[in-house]
Amino acid sequence: MAEILDKVKKEEEKEPFFGPKEKKLLLDPLMDNNPITVQILGVCSALAITSLVYPSVVMAISVTLVTAFSNLFTSMVREYIPKQVRMIVQLVIIATLVTIVELALKALNFPIWKQLSVYIGLIITNCIVMGRLEAYAMANKPWRSFLDGIGNGLGYGAILVIVAIIREILGKGTLFAGSPVEIKIIGPNTTYLIDTTTSSLFGWYANNNLMVLPAAALFIIGILIWIHRSVNLKLVDIS
Amino acid sequence: MESSNKYIITFIIVMTVIAAVALAGMREITMSAATRNEEIFNKRSILLTVNEFLGDGLSVADLTDEQVLKIFKDQVEQIVINQNGEVVPDMLAEKIDLAIEKKKPETERLLPLFVFKNNKEKFYILSIRGSGLWDEIWGNIAVKSDLNTIAGATFDHKGETPGLGAEIKDNPAFPGQFVGKQMFKDGEVAILVRKGGSQDKLYEVDGISGATITGDGVSEMLQRGIAYYLPYFESIEN
Repeated sequence: MAEILDKVKKEEEKEPFFGPKEKKLLLDPLMDNNPITVQILGVCSALAITSLVYPSVVMAISVTLVTAFSNLFTSMVREYIPKQVRMIVQLVIIATLVTIVELALKALNFPIWKQLSVYIGLIITNCIVMGRLEAYAMANKPWRSFLDGIGNGLGYGAILVIVAIIREILGKGTLFAGSPVEIKIIGPNTTYLIDTTTSSLFGWYANNNLMVLPAAALFIIGILIWIHRSVNLKLVDIS
Repeated sequence: MESSNKYIITFIIVMTVIAAVALAGMREITMSAATRNEEIFNKRSILLTVNEFLGDGLSVADLTDEQVLKIFKDQVEQIVINQNGEVVPDMLAEKIDLAIEKKKPETERLLPLFVFKNNKEKFYILSIRGSGLWDEIWGNIAVKSDLNTIAGATFDHKGETPGLGAEIKDNPAFPGQFVGKQMFKDGEVAILVRKGGSQDKLYEVDGISGATITGDGVSEMLQRGIAYYLPYFESIEN
């Protein structure tokens, strides 16, 4: 018995700080196990806030911080959490972190906080966060749980930013509007790179108002899922 | 792990205390910065109504936070008036929250009025609040010292549809239309948003297609909100 325990201990000590397993934790959610396009989690907020890139980036960072640290804290106390109330405990951890993120954002960047309004608070109900706590952090060690949280947050954020880039260019003709590095690409006056009032090539162009509406995100996410599955044939058999 | 009730209760209490202390601490740390940010955000939107009259080629978008506060301190006089048009002494207009005033009985509501002065002219900036299609809308209207010609307007909203109702804020052309319009006709508020295009160019602005109800909301908000200021305007005209 003691021998086996020793062996287990040795194996634990051998666990590298950042080995192939850790790398997989970080990269898997970006491609093969993406929370939005494969697990179909967190779609609601992906529809609501992706009309502009800048708020999407802020949202992606916020969600990544919340998933990473809620995974970390849950994993740290996982052996002490009474089974009967584990959901409540997880929710308290998530809600506390989300509120901290919201307060920080309000102090650091008020206009963006105003723009994201209720959606920051709604990270609490984002299925990705709770899903990762139940599926991963309750059964794994803190460091790996932390990486898993980062990975899933980034996987979510990547889709958010891709959708937002498509929607903002087609819907508003800009990129990063509202941030210090705003780029005006196409529009009806001289401040844009392509001025549709004078350009002979793009005189017909008008912004697509549908892209500003949440419904457009639904189409784009649908198309992304389609592309993702036709590129990555592994996924087709799963579903 | 099945746990005893005693363990569960202790665990929950300890966890709640930790969470509460963390949140209270975080709030204490961020509160002053958040209040300051909100103050600057609101002051920017008020100054935006007189954007073209700031002087020295300044524009609100380029102003630093310190400049916004400085302009407000040096060039803006804050007045609070009651429904009879009398000035309420010792109150700052920036402390008035129209969302709270709206819940009071109509006769007890207080109104904020910002008077902006540049080298040449004086502008009165009114705050108004009403309802759009989905939720509340609000705005600031700057009027020239003739108390009739509009010098600028800004609108904001809580939840209007992006691309449609939300254009009152997102598309600068909509508030831009108000510049140069007249507010009053024969002593009554005449400015309004007209669906299908303005007919009387002096008093009407074009509505946004697809946002009829938001446009009607803006009209209603203008008519009611500006009328509140009428008694005060009459008193300073005399």
